[in-house]
Amino acid sequence: MTRILAVDDSPSMRQMVAFTLKSAGFDVAEAEDGAVALKMAQAEKFGLVLADVNMPNMDGLSLVRALRGLPDYKFTPLLMLTTESTPEKKMEGKAAGATGWLVKPFNPEQLVGTVQRVLG
Amino acid sequence: MNLDLERFHKTFFEESFENLDLAEAALLRLDVAVFDAETINTIFRAAHSIKGGAATFGFSAVAEFTHHAETLLDLMRSGKRQLAQPDIDLLLRAVDTLHGLLGAARDGSAANLAQVAEVQQALEAALSRPSVVPPAATIAAAPAASGWRIRFAPKPDLFRSGNDPLRIFRALAALGELRAEPVPQPLPGLSAADPETCYLAWTLELDGAATLAEVADCFAWVEDECDLAIEPRQPAVAEGMPPPTGVNVVALPVATVRAADTVPKTAEVASSIRVGTEKIDALINLVGELVITQAMLTQLAEALDPVQNEKLLNGLSQLDRNTRMLQEAVMATRMLPMEAVFSRFPRLVHDLASKLGKQVRLVTVGEQTELDKSVIEKISDPLNHLVRNSLDHGLENSESRVAAGKDAVGTITLKAAHQGGHIVIEVGDDGRGLDAARILAKAREKGVPCGETMSEAEIYQLIFAPGFSTAEQVTDVSGRGVGMDVVKRNIQALGGSVELASRPGRGATVTIRLPLTLAILDGMSVGVGEEIFILPLSSVIESLQPLPDQVKRVADAGTVVRVRNEYLPLVDLRDWFSLPGARRPPQESIVVIVEAEGRKVALQIDELVGQQQVVIKSLEANYRRVRGVSGATILGDGRVSLILDVAAVVRLFSQSIAA
Amino acid sequence: MSIAAGNTGPVNAQIAAGTPNEFLTFTLGEEEYGVDILKVQEIRGYDTVTRIPDAPDFIKGVINLRGTIVPVVDMRLKFKLGSAEYNEFTVMIILNIAKRVVGMVVDGVSDVMQLTAEQIRPAPEFGSVVNTRYITGLGALDQRMLILVDIEKLMSGADMALMDSHSQALQ
Repeated sequence: MTRILAVDDSPSMRQMVAFTLKSAGFDVAEAEDGAVALKMAQAEKFGLVLADVNMPNMDGLSLVRALRGLPDYKFTPLLMLTTESTPEKKMEGKAAGATGWLVKPFNPEQLVGTVQRVLG
Repeated sequence: MNLDLERFHKTFFEESFENLDLAEAALLRLDVAVFDAETINTIFRAAHSIKGGAATFGFSAVAEFTHHAETLLDLMRSGKRQLAQPDIDLLLRAVDTLHGLLGAARDGSAANLAQVAEVQQALEAALSRPSVVPPAATIAAAPAASGWRIRFAPKPDLFRSGNDPLRIFRALAALGELRAEPVPQPLPGLSAADPETCYLAWTLELDGAATLAEVADCFAWVEDECDLAIEPRQPAVAEGMPPPTGVNVVALPVATVRAADTVPKTAEVASSIRVGTEKIDALINLVGELVITQAMLTQLAEALDPVQNEKLLNGLSQLDRNTRMLQEAVMATRMLPMEAVFSRFPRLVHDLASKLGKQVRLVTVGEQTELDKSVIEKISDPLNHLVRNSLDHGLENSESRVAAGKDAVGTITLKAAHQGGHIVIEVGDDGRGLDAARILAKAREKGVPCGETMSEAEIYQLIFAPGFSTAEQVTDVSGRGVGMDVVKRNIQALGGSVELASRPGRGATVTIRLPLTLAILDGMSVGVGEEIFILPLSSVIESLQPLPDQVKRVADAGTVVRVRNEYLPLVDLRDWFSLPGARRPPQESIVVIVEAEGRKVALQIDELVGQQQVVIKSLEANYRRVRGVSGATILGDGRVSLILDVAAVVRLFSQSIAA
Repeated sequence: MSIAAGNTGPVNAQIAAGTPNEFLTFTLGEEEYGVDILKVQEIRGYDTVTRIPDAPDFIKGVINLRGTIVPVVDMRLKFKLGSAEYNEFTVMIILNIAKRVVGMVVDGVSDVMQLTAEQIRPAPEFGSVVNTRYITGLGALDQRMLILVDIEKLMSGADMALMDSHSQALQ
């Protein structure tokens, strides 16, 4: 079963994402910042990582860069959860190696739809 | 440092006018239903370039005006302003205004300030409101089978961002029925292939009512990691993305369709340099002189003993070949594709159709056919008039057309092709065609001379008679019938001919035949008395020495020669040119049968001298037009020889016999 | 002799405006004429001339001047002055006027003369073969009297039949 890693420093956000996806039948793990997420990612192979951009200890972009350096995560879908949708921000994310993005605020349907698209 | 920059002004103006042409052509290509980023960018870059140059060289009025257009285009190209026909029309007007402004700046004359102010205000007004799409009249066309054709070519690194084309296809498949086909392209063998690299590209067909936004959305994450083109599948009437106001936009039906044999060229990186036409003309003159000198040498060499002078004669023969090739090559530098002429017609047809309230499409074929620059310059006006004529009088309005079971949109076709030593240009329409009975009646009414029995082709030719017009209302578009006879005269002045063909109710075609170049002629030299004249080889059919029973005198009309079953009027060139010397009876002379404008005449000469290519020299430059003479040339011995205007002879003599 | 009163207006104006004062002189019939040297391109002998149909008798035809077709007018025929012979002494003056090149045959070419304003007098009302409207003045030097001709105007005139009527209208 594909495991999803949801990374966000806001507990409510984290919980919303985890709850929504679990209700849709997905298996979800949580991390409160990039550093924790990176450790978890090295310990087990996740099929999808959803990461907020602004986080303490290691922000989302750095996490994505770090993950792309790991052999297991070369082609893994990594999605940014971001409040900003300017072309510049999108470019930054892509440059770091992100697969795509989801713009906050998003509703549960959008979240589930996107994840289903990505994971098939 | 104004003085320093002035040397660049000429280039700036040349570039700017070229940019305006580019912008105009691109504006006419734009279809409001399709967001064609590249075309809009082309227009933007053109405006941007003109503005930059104008600002640099101190043409502030131009810079300021262009700035507004540039702003509008910038919004359009970034997708912030939706494409709308009123904007396109406004930009076309801006192009016209810029033309005037640039011309005024270049010539130091006064610009049309009223027009500039008006268009500038319109641009400012447009910028201050979001693009408003007025409800356009819908055409009664079949409902579009909608859907999209998508060309998707991921860059090799696509996988590295964790993206997967399959995912995208799945998303698309959720919008409608999807067919995906890989684009055939060379793939590395399995052992050489890198599984982390994307080698494939696809053409996808999506049925259904998905909007452009929905389709584009599926590719949102990979926009910059692929080459993507999304096209609606029914280009003529496409219901594009629903505009915010909820009004349906239907594209206005003026599209320029290119026939299959001319593939629009993408920007070719061809190396070229600009050369002033005076330099080319000087070059052509010099080559012309070379041809004459070489002909003279050849002639002198005829008197030499071939055995003793073998090397010299071989050399001269080589010189002859080299000169011919040089001449062809130099003439080719002045050859331009017909595109130069055809390019102004999309705009003309668009504006005129609009003004007349008719729906018209323009089809051009053979734009790449080449023609000498001097001929191109002179054929422009006649073609202009013929196209206007077709639009004005030939094509019916939509209601009449539909009532007649025709396509509501009329078609005007411009065609150019080479045929032998000539270029054939056709202007055709699928309008109401020519009414021979009406033409004949009108001709009689206007006192235009008509024969008792005239063929259909001859009746159509009456349209070219001076003072003729069958239009029910004379419009200011194509004039009072003063146009057609001037058109014919202009074409004849180029050494060409014009014919009309028509199918009543189905349309009419004007066919213009022109020599490829004005400067060189294949001629037959003939001797009459002390003089040598040149007959254009293309008009010569045959030559013979008539038998006594072939020659007949017709009372009051002259002499005719029977050639097979035809009786042809006989013209003694001695008479025609008022040359001294005794007249010889035809059966003791040589007769050359020539043809022009579909009619034949027999010319009586003393002897056939030879055949040669001659350089045509103008008589009118220093003298004036001479009846019966179309030009002059210089023979190998330095003498001037006159070139016979066969058409003039034919016209005069075949009429007098027919009467 | 000072410039006579009466007909002085136009001549004075011309001189004031900087009249040409270098003239090529030639003989035609009984008289000597002078034309503005700046209008003269060259002087040639009379060589092969190709007849032009329908031309008046004084237009002999055209010649090949280094590749350009140039019409030739015989002034002796035009002004009906004696017999026109064509031999090795026959002289043609090639003129450059109104952007055209034209040749004229005369009896003989003399020399180039400089005339000051004082040496130029107004033209008489009558007495010359050439219409007075084409005469800009009379030059007097030593014993010679030169009839100064506006050769451009003369050659462009309708009676010269060298130009189409619409080009004449532009003169």
